[in-house]
Amino acid sequence: MIRKELCKIISQEEIAKDIFELTVEADLVNEITAPGQFVHIRIDKALDPLLRRPISISSFNRLNSQFTMIYRKEGKGTTLLAEKSQGMLLDILGPLGNGFPVNEVSTGDTALLVGGGIGVPPLYELSNQLIAKGVKVIHVHGFQTVSAVFYEKEFLKNGETYITTVDGSYGKKGYVTDVINELDFDCLYTCGPTPMLKAIEKGYSHKKVFLSLEERMGCGVGACFACVCKTSNELVDISYKKVCSDGPVFRAGEVVL
Amino acid sequence: MSKLNLELPGLTLKNPIMPASGCFGFGKEYSQFYDLSKLGAIMIKATTVEPRFGNPTPRVAETSAGMLNAIGLQNPGLEKVMSNELPWLSQFDVPIIANVAGSLEEDYVEVARSISKAPNVHALELNISCPNVKTGGIAFGTIPEVAKQLTRKVKDVSEVPVYVKLSPNVTNIVEMAKAVEDGGADGLTMINTLVGMRLDIKTGKPILSNRTGGLSGPAIKPVALRMIYEVSQAVNIPIIGMGGIESAEDVIEFFYAGASAVAVGTANFVDPFVCPTIIEELPLLLDQLGFEHISECRGRSWRENGQLTHHRA
Repeated sequence: MIRKELCKIISQEEIAKDIFELTVEADLVNEITAPGQFVHIRIDKALDPLLRRPISISSFNRLNSQFTMIYRKEGKGTTLLAEKSQGMLLDILGPLGNGFPVNEVSTGDTALLVGGGIGVPPLYELSNQLIAKGVKVIHVHGFQTVSAVFYEKEFLKNGETYITTVDGSYGKKGYVTDVINELDFDCLYTCGPTPMLKAIEKGYSHKKVFLSLEERMGCGVGACFACVCKTSNELVDISYKKVCSDGPVFRAGEVVL
Repeated sequence: MSKLNLELPGLTLKNPIMPASGCFGFGKEYSQFYDLSKLGAIMIKATTVEPRFGNPTPRVAETSAGMLNAIGLQNPGLEKVMSNELPWLSQFDVPIIANVAGSLEEDYVEVARSISKAPNVHALELNISCPNVKTGGIAFGTIPEVAKQLTRKVKDVSEVPVYVKLSPNVTNIVEMAKAVEDGGADGLTMINTLVGMRLDIKTGKPILSNRTGGLSGPAIKPVALRMIYEVSQAVNIPIIGMGGIESAEDVIEFFYAGASAVAVGTANFVDPFVCPTIIEELPLLLDQLGFEHISECRGRSWRENGQLTHHRA
């Protein structure tokens, strides 16, 4: 069930350049059903920014009723969010959307988790859940530059972790696709910029692949039709899915990227 | 005794609050949050004869105290709305106002004829003012004679009262209002969105794929109030007011301007509970202001000496 809740900020920290890790206490953690779900945050009661901001859940803990989000400070909304501090209350709607299907892999399988920039965070909870299931996880994360890299240590605890940077300032120079070509896996889960998702979908059409999409959203619950994408069913050219409520995670080939 | 119940052509309203068309889908999403029977009415998403996919994304862009949208009337088409959406909505004790859209006059007539037969559709909202579709819509909403003729054609076939949704993107909205009143409209809904634009600071290009979009939200409230103030004094049919409403205070302000009921749009996206919250808060606010019933607020802005006479609508 989706809840709207005033959540207390437990901590907020800048963990890389303009990348913030925000942990809140919320009863809605009990409603989270899968890694890759997101919440919709009303940053402020003021009218500007007016709309909520969709931010993915990077990890959660039902025992202490806390969940963590990692976001990039970029526009007006996230800049204001970055100014919030411990003890303040945030109006959060969630959990929203459908996350990554953990049941698509079995104990002993190998899962490849591929993240691009601010698409990396939801893969952390996924990685934790896969490890708990006895699945071997390999992570390949791409960033623009060294100052944008985050959570390498956290992912390393769960399994092999490769980092790429576009400018070569850290890890391997290039893109995630340069690394994953050399890896073997049973299932691939990915979240990141659309060109990256497209390249992965094209390169691994014979594999089981799940993609998490990003799109500008209005309501976040499926009512406003702002974040639709076409489905791959060519017979019905008006067939569509909503990223917020049908996704954000789709099986590769399900929607047109 | 209720302070909020109202009678409008075709509509017996428990309260004057209804979600605006295009901001509430066909109700399913918001039924996760509360019982839709609490609402005065529901204005469902625009329905066209054929299914429509709408515009490419990005379809929304935020603005100061508002948002631009260019969805492009995405909807499953008349047949599906009749066979799936309306029957699903019939489980709720709430009148439905069906928003009718199209490109040609025949389209409007066809949708109106069928959809007005649905048992839970108590009124139509004739969408002659969508700024985001290439043909139709806006043309019907900007030329008084064309609007009047379309209203008459739709009135001829509709089995329920017809409200016409007016565009604010005109020079003289009173003229438009009078034209559709002459055409037989039973009521007006106003205002639709204002055409606007935003540009990407890096690329210099429009953020919306449609280039322009309809501005909604608190930013347009003063425009809506001014137009309702003018139109309500010039016509004898009731107005369902909309444009940036997000609180009980806003509702009262729209009634003061001359509205007989109101619709809440963009605010649903910000707070999915906004409609039931306003419905709960309205009686308390009326008490504070010294009103026995919400209808006493209607037209207070232009009534002489603030007398509580009945509005002629």
